[in-house]
Amino acid sequence: MNPVAIILKPLLFVVRVAVQTVFLALGQIWANKTRSVLTCLGIIFGVGAVIATVGLLGGMKGFVLKEFENLGARKMWVWGYVPEELRSTMSWSEARISSYETATILDYAPAVSSLTPMSDRSWDVYYDGKTIRGVEVTGIWPEWHEIEDRTMIYGRPFSQIDIDERRQVCLVNEAAVEELGLDTDPSGDFVIVRGRRFLIVGLVETKAVSVFQGGGDSQAEIFIPFETHKMLDPYSWTVLVMQLSTPDKAADAEAEVRAFLRRHREIDPGDPDTFRIEILQNAIEDFNNIARVATLGGGFVAAISLFVGGIGIMNIMLVSVSERTREIGLRKAVGAKPPVVLLQFLVEAVTLCVVGGLIGLAIGQGGILALRAAVDWMSEASVPPSVIAGAIAVTGATGVIFGMFPAIKAARLNPIDALRHE
Amino acid sequence: MPVIEITDLHKVYKVGEERVHALRGVDLAIERNEFVAIMGASGSGKSTLMNILGCLDKPTKGVYLLNDTPTHKIGMSALAQVRNEEIGFIFQSFELLNRASALKNVMLPMLYSASRLFTARKRARRALERVGLADRMGHRPNQLSGGQRQRVAVARALVNDPAILLADEPTGNLDSTTTTEIIQLFKELHDTGQTIIIVTHEEDVAGHAQRIVRLMDGKVISDHPTDEDPVHRDWLRTMAEGHTTHFDTAPSGDPGEQPGEPVNVISKTLENQASTAPAANGHANGHANGHAAGEVTPKPSPEQEGATS
Repeated sequence: MNPVAIILKPLLFVVRVAVQTVFLALGQIWANKTRSVLTCLGIIFGVGAVIATVGLLGGMKGFVLKEFENLGARKMWVWGYVPEELRSTMSWSEARISSYETATILDYAPAVSSLTPMSDRSWDVYYDGKTIRGVEVTGIWPEWHEIEDRTMIYGRPFSQIDIDERRQVCLVNEAAVEELGLDTDPSGDFVIVRGRRFLIVGLVETKAVSVFQGGGDSQAEIFIPFETHKMLDPYSWTVLVMQLSTPDKAADAEAEVRAFLRRHREIDPGDPDTFRIEILQNAIEDFNNIARVATLGGGFVAAISLFVGGIGIMNIMLVSVSERTREIGLRKAVGAKPPVVLLQFLVEAVTLCVVGGLIGLAIGQGGILALRAAVDWMSEASVPPSVIAGAIAVTGATGVIFGMFPAIKAARLNPIDALRHE
Repeated sequence: MPVIEITDLHKVYKVGEERVHALRGVDLAIERNEFVAIMGASGSGKSTLMNILGCLDKPTKGVYLLNDTPTHKIGMSALAQVRNEEIGFIFQSFELLNRASALKNVMLPMLYSASRLFTARKRARRALERVGLADRMGHRPNQLSGGQRQRVAVARALVNDPAILLADEPTGNLDSTTTTEIIQLFKELHDTGQTIIIVTHEEDVAGHAQRIVRLMDGKVISDHPTDEDPVHRDWLRTMAEGHTTHFDTAPSGDPGEQPGEPVNVISKTLENQASTAPAANGHANGHANGHAAGEVTPKPSPEQEGATS
């Protein structure tokens, strides 16, 4: 015999025993369908739980990331905030972002490339004898067009001069055109807001609104210069929307803005901020943390079900060993060595577990597909192949761990006693 | 050179605190192509001898050379290989796998043999053809008659070309017609050169062997060619005289006699058989339907003997 054959033959032997046992085990499972499914219930549930959890989180993550993309990954929001411990001594109006801060913050934050303040209020708007109540009227800077990526359909965008001169000009969106019954190109018409006439200079496109901004159907919007807005209502709440020069500057930008505001507001070291800074990156991290916890939760449920399922497998394998004692005796009589008997019963346990795992996988995947069909924003729900492979590997390992004891029992049987077993 | 050579074989079991001396110095040599029947009552030690011959068990003391291999010296794993390659087992209750076809059943021993990887199916086919089941290969045991099942078992025993075919009460679960059929098969195999050892209670089954070895109390008490075996001759004579049972005519022996004198020993054996086989007339266990005047052999009781026999 050549050396290759000497190495290959035992290997082929083991492989063949394993393969034949897999088929035998599949036959056994098919013959005892109910029993097998009941036995595998824990495994099925465990794998199904993991697959469903991972798929669900994957879908949510896809959705959240897409939303963030809509919002813009380079954006940062800053607004005044009264921390819990100062609520008794400080009013919200004191925490408001001031005009000075708005005007000077860019000089101290080089990582921020552009900025627009935004303050919005709901006011009634009149046009040609018609009124719409509670229209969102937002004060902006010309930079808003770039930062929010809102371009003009008709007319012109705001310019610096509109701001500087506090002109009574406004931009409307399509919903406002429709609700007020304006011309398709509304430029040149006037609307009345808070008793003042505003010249419509352009029609601005409506962007799909993120659910984070109260999303849903588009509604009437009117934009006026920020300074004009301040004039109409000096106490309106201001949020600074900033665009970062690059997304990886988020931490720098945050530090610069914080340093500027703390210095300007004379906040002592150790005292809390009287403002909030929100960056998408952070939100993504927050979400990832939540997702991680949820995954751990799913994994915990899966681990418990796999453990319980494993005990079920062990139980059924012990039953199988005692049911088939004579068969084991026969196999030994015709030359099965103890390790081979061990291998056979292990392979059987693993087969049982993996079949259960595959059923669980099918159920989990089916659930995800149903979810994708039923909930449109879950369209990204899917399970990565690595998780599927991992789940199958873990069920296989469960088979090995819990099949070991029955298999050892079978391997240790004395052939004479086994053959006499009734 | 004998295929089996046993010298001063002892086997002692421990059952709880008690020590059971099952074999007390057995000497036996079986030549190639012999057809030997081993007979003895329950407790005579023939099952123990059978287990040791089949390498399922190891002797406490003594020498067992199988094909010149000293099997009393090797480990359990090596014994498994000996069983696989040198021994073909045939059991009273066939021991077939019910969910596998005849062919798969016959292929079973080769599942455990690394050296017959690629020829298993071919060999199994040939073995089934040899026992006359060429047209039943795809059938499962429950689709086969008792005789056919035992033929499958014989094919399985033969498939690895064993040095010895070891049959433990192979006709115990068969009616007389099928018994004849299986015995005929054994004779054919013997004619082709197969060494066969058969353990049986049945005098008429043993009658087909060349040689009868009788055991009692863990010792060989007689070892003769079949036509010279006094008990068998006695049984044949009884049959010829048409007696219903040969126990009536068996000479009554003194239980105190030492097993040196053949006649007394034999009568003691017969008594032993009669007392240990309560269904002696054969009707009680339902196997007797086909028996005519031959209803004289004490049939084995269906339950197998205990480990200490």
